[in-house]
Amino acid sequence: MKIYKLIPFIIILIFGISTAVGIYLGEVSKVLETAVNICLGCMGIG
Amino acid sequence: MWRRISQIASALIINSHWPSLFARTIYNGKLKGFCVPGLNCYSCPLAIFSCPIGSLQNVLAQIRPSLAVGKYYLGFYVIGLLGFVGGVVGRMPCGWICPFGALQDLTYKIPTPKLEIPRFLNYFKYIILLVMVILLPLLVIDALGYGQPWFCKYLCPAGTLEAGIPLTTLDSSLRQLIGIQFWLKIAILVFFLVIMIPTKRPFCRTVCPLGAIYSLFNRISLFRMAVSDKCIKCNRCYKTCPMSIKIYLNPQHKDCIRCLECINVCPVDAISSEINGKTIHTRKSSR
Repeated sequence: MKIYKLIPFIIILIFGISTAVGIYLGEVSKVLETAVNICLGCMGIG
Repeated sequence: MWRRISQIASALIINSHWPSLFARTIYNGKLKGFCVPGLNCYSCPLAIFSCPIGSLQNVLAQIRPSLAVGKYYLGFYVIGLLGFVGGVVGRMPCGWICPFGALQDLTYKIPTPKLEIPRFLNYFKYIILLVMVILLPLLVIDALGYGQPWFCKYLCPAGTLEAGIPLTTLDSSLRQLIGIQFWLKIAILVFFLVIMIPTKRPFCRTVCPLGAIYSLFNRISLFRMAVSDKCIKCNRCYKTCPMSIKIYLNPQHKDCIRCLECINVCPVDAISSEINGKTIHTRKSSR
């Protein structure tokens, strides 16, 4: 297999691991904590 | 047609919490912890998922306070998700999932004289990504160490359309908070709504930081486009392309949203899509 054909799999693996690390560190709850509140800034009034 | 169905279905699924309209607030269930791969404001009353760009800015803006309490929220989750999606399909979510992209596709169908966007403006989105999504939320902080989501707050027209207008319409207490910043964001939204009519996807091509992130993966993603030497350079692909790309010059162009429209109009079946070198979609296979 040519090396360039492996590149997408390496990229996917690296970012997949990054996602898993983020989930392990509890970033999902951080995203949730922010997203359940109305973002006044997003609306242009905060 | 499949793409249009996908765009409409995605917009309806991502924004499917109708009870929020009657409660005059936003959905606050656990699904909000998951980021959709398109630009969709999480403060939209109907939204059931989070916007990756809003989430990324908020994580970066709160890095210092998080570290101060021993929490290593450094953006691995959101960056990982975006990189994972980009690594698999590149910029495809822009063409098939993003509701704001779908809006631009639809408004361009309004019959008016059409204009081209100068090519150099395509690089502007990388400046927006670097400055408004990464550097300013990370570096400009208040006394407590908190930054702000600069892109959401001062630029994003999707936030104004999906959250600002509906919530201020539904909630009179929010209406009382309206000031100059709100009207500036309305002006930005109106500007984009107007230029969407004569130009192809102006927001995606020149401003969208999510598109900028995905575009970095087009060259190295698993899903790729291919143009064979049968190409006669008739430019039918260019005329139908929602991003104004001549795909025969560069099949992995950074702005290609993999909508596959070019495959369907190629008169000599020269364009195809492939996964890691194996052809999966040609004009013949789509007939």
